[in-house]
Amino acid sequence: MSGMPEISYNFAYLDEQTKRMIRRAILKAIAIPGYQVPFAAREMPMPYGWGTGGVQVTAAVLGPDDVLKVIDQGADDTTNAVAIRGFFEKTAGVATTTATTQASIIQTRHRIPETALAENQILVYQVPIPEPLRFLEPRETETRQLHALAEYGLMHVKLYEDIARHGHIATTYAYPVEVAGRYVMDPSPIPKFDNPKMDDCPALQLFGAGREKRIYAIPPYTTVRSLDFEDHPFKVQRFAKPCALCAATGVYLDEVILDDKGGRMFVCSDTDHCNTRQAQGHRGEMAAPAGEAA
Amino acid sequence: MQTQELARGFADPVLEAQGAFRAAMWALSRPGQPQELTTELVPPAPLSPEAAALALALCDYETPVFLDAALAAERAVADFLRFHTGAPITEDPGEARFAIIANPMELLDFSQFSPGSPDFPDASTTLILQVAGFAGHGFMLEGPGIKGRIGFGATPLPGDFPARMAANRALFPRGVDLLLAGAGQVAGLPRSVAVKGA
Amino acid sequence: MYVAAKGGEKAIRNAHKLLAKRRRGNKNLPSVTLEQIASQLSLAVDRVMAEGSLYDTHLAALAIKQARGDLIEAIFLIRAFRTTLPRFGASQPLDTGDMLVRRRVSATFKDLPGGQLLGPTFDYTHRLLDTSLATADQAGEVDDQANAAPALSDAADAASKMPRVTDLIGAEGLIEASPVDAGGEPFDITRAPVSFPVDRATRLQTLARGDEGYLLALGYSTQRGYARSHPFVGEIRFGDVEVILDVPELGFPVSIGEVQVTECQMVNQFKGSAAEPPQFTRGYGLVFGQCERKAMSMALVERALRWQELGEEPGAPAQDEEFVLSHCDNVQATGFVEHLKLPHYVDFQAELDLVRRMRAEASGKPAADEMKEAAE
Repeated sequence: MSGMPEISYNFAYLDEQTKRMIRRAILKAIAIPGYQVPFAAREMPMPYGWGTGGVQVTAAVLGPDDVLKVIDQGADDTTNAVAIRGFFEKTAGVATTTATTQASIIQTRHRIPETALAENQILVYQVPIPEPLRFLEPRETETRQLHALAEYGLMHVKLYEDIARHGHIATTYAYPVEVAGRYVMDPSPIPKFDNPKMDDCPALQLFGAGREKRIYAIPPYTTVRSLDFEDHPFKVQRFAKPCALCAATGVYLDEVILDDKGGRMFVCSDTDHCNTRQAQGHRGEMAAPAGEAA
Repeated sequence: MQTQELARGFADPVLEAQGAFRAAMWALSRPGQPQELTTELVPPAPLSPEAAALALALCDYETPVFLDAALAAERAVADFLRFHTGAPITEDPGEARFAIIANPMELLDFSQFSPGSPDFPDASTTLILQVAGFAGHGFMLEGPGIKGRIGFGATPLPGDFPARMAANRALFPRGVDLLLAGAGQVAGLPRSVAVKGA
Repeated sequence: MYVAAKGGEKAIRNAHKLLAKRRRGNKNLPSVTLEQIASQLSLAVDRVMAEGSLYDTHLAALAIKQARGDLIEAIFLIRAFRTTLPRFGASQPLDTGDMLVRRRVSATFKDLPGGQLLGPTFDYTHRLLDTSLATADQAGEVDDQANAAPALSDAADAASKMPRVTDLIGAEGLIEASPVDAGGEPFDITRAPVSFPVDRATRLQTLARGDEGYLLALGYSTQRGYARSHPFVGEIRFGDVEVILDVPELGFPVSIGEVQVTECQMVNQFKGSAAEPPQFTRGYGLVFGQCERKAMSMALVERALRWQELGEEPGAPAQDEEFVLSHCDNVQATGFVEHLKLPHYVDFQAELDLVRRMRAEASGKPAADEMKEAAE
């Protein structure tokens, strides 16, 4: 039996050849906005479906001067966000932050931060199923053709069937968008509330799907249009009440169940946004009085 | 056989490759807006340090590289690239994933390179053009990555450059992508950009 | 006043401590050694090496120990390590005809050159729990004679290298020829994204690291009429083969070691045409270690996937290349299935709102006003 091998890892875990391969895919993704570039995703020391695509993109982009923020469901302290942030602290020794405005790279699962992103920032999305047509046509051999021909009638039919059946477009998250007037793209499972933030965004948006081995991108200041119909224009969710902790309006809220008698409250899903507002003295109806907040 | 000392590669391959890539990434993300690209490389002439840095950051055994006549004439250039990247040097521009052009005035027609296929438009050539610098605003650029429209200029470029870029744009989503390497800078002109004479 | 639940970092740390404790189990018992795992749970080790695509018994044993015996978790650990290893090149195709055979059976011929060799097999054991194994020390009960003599000691000479059954049938032209090695490096599914349709090398690689249970079920389905292929086990052989690498710098091939593999060659329904007289067809399975069930299942599925090339009718699940190959990797599958336990509250909130709204509309009552939709 062989002895135990010496195990050491490169900066940001990936070997240099893998990084080059991913970097080339990123460059092509930027040059063809919304097109899914196949790449040879590597097996990562975390499970497929838990952010391996986002992690590979971040690892390929990351440099020693970067400041990294990782969120899941909008929050910095969710367990998977903590685990991924820890991974990069350990393998790349980069600085991390929870402040959206301080981060040069933000890796996210399911949300776009409430705070407007700036030029020089990179938003890396974790993507489970990159193919927007997948649930209409599961075969990659077919969907590739549809993209090549820009044949997106199927998607419009699906959305319109929703309207006929439910009176609404029944897609509330992972709502398909058209990028730069050409490719229909899956924005990852963000709530459609976040879709408008993708349009004309000053930051670079990169999408990594590890298990499905695809990378795609939206360059800064690119037109991103949520698919809709003239008689059924795209609409986003609006919450009637402000955040119960920071009183923010026009943000996406989590519903928290308080007891088994129907008691519930709504709080910001973006924890940094909420904490920042509370620090500025904003108080919602369930918040601790100013000065007592941890 | 003539023995020549081979010019050195990156002193810190991990960090310098990352830096050159980041410059290229922002260059293609912000077409026509030159990004800083510093390098200590001293490659064999006429390969420029910036073009060399991009090649070392992006090329390897998976990416056949085409050299224009000026670069191909100097054997040391191919030796340098082969040694530091492992990339095969190809004489067929259509097979190349990267093409390095030292003399943009003699630039081959874009149709000589691979524009990718409708199914796989990413399987296209990336051209690295060595330019002297980015001066003037001879062209107007529009497209993804550009807020509104901006002026752009680089020298030297062939006189019919806007027409070539327009033909390239017409192929979208197929097409070639350009990285223009000047002194201490790199600018990108991805296939998505619309270039118009001012 | 409400304080949000926090402390993900601490919770993770504590969970991992608890995991380590459970892994160790009862501290009054000795910790199981890697040598014990590798030598006494060798079929588990073989499966981890096969589906982990890394031939290293020591690391596989470590992975099994670390994974508390969860083999898919162990395979995952091996894969994540494997991906960091540099790749030196492609070996020559393994020559299984030159195998040091430890087990070899054929269902197609009663006797054949080299003979039938049962070797270490569960076949023909009575599946009765053996309570004698329950005692800690059964050193005296193992017949060392049987242990010491692998296949070849019985054989008179080096002729014990056994010719493959398919080669024997092939000499008569009764079976389709094995595809010739085209030379050059085969496609590597761990280094490049797969696109369909795939070539043979890609198909075989994907199946070879595919989940045993998944392939077993699909192979079984072909026997029950979903792409029936009338399979006969031409031969199953298990033993040691040399791995030979061409080193251009040296100018000659070098043996870099030996691996144990199980090979299954199915001899399937013949076909013929006006141009060609009828001949049998092949299904091929090759797996690291002694993984017979997997090698057989692989051979059945491999054959089913060749329907187009052999001009057969499609329609069965096991024939659907994109479906079969896209879902056979258990590390991918387990990750994506298990990711459903990650938080999804943002998306669920969006669905919750829509369902509430549509129910309110259906009942004719005004919607509760937590959320509504508005144009941007």
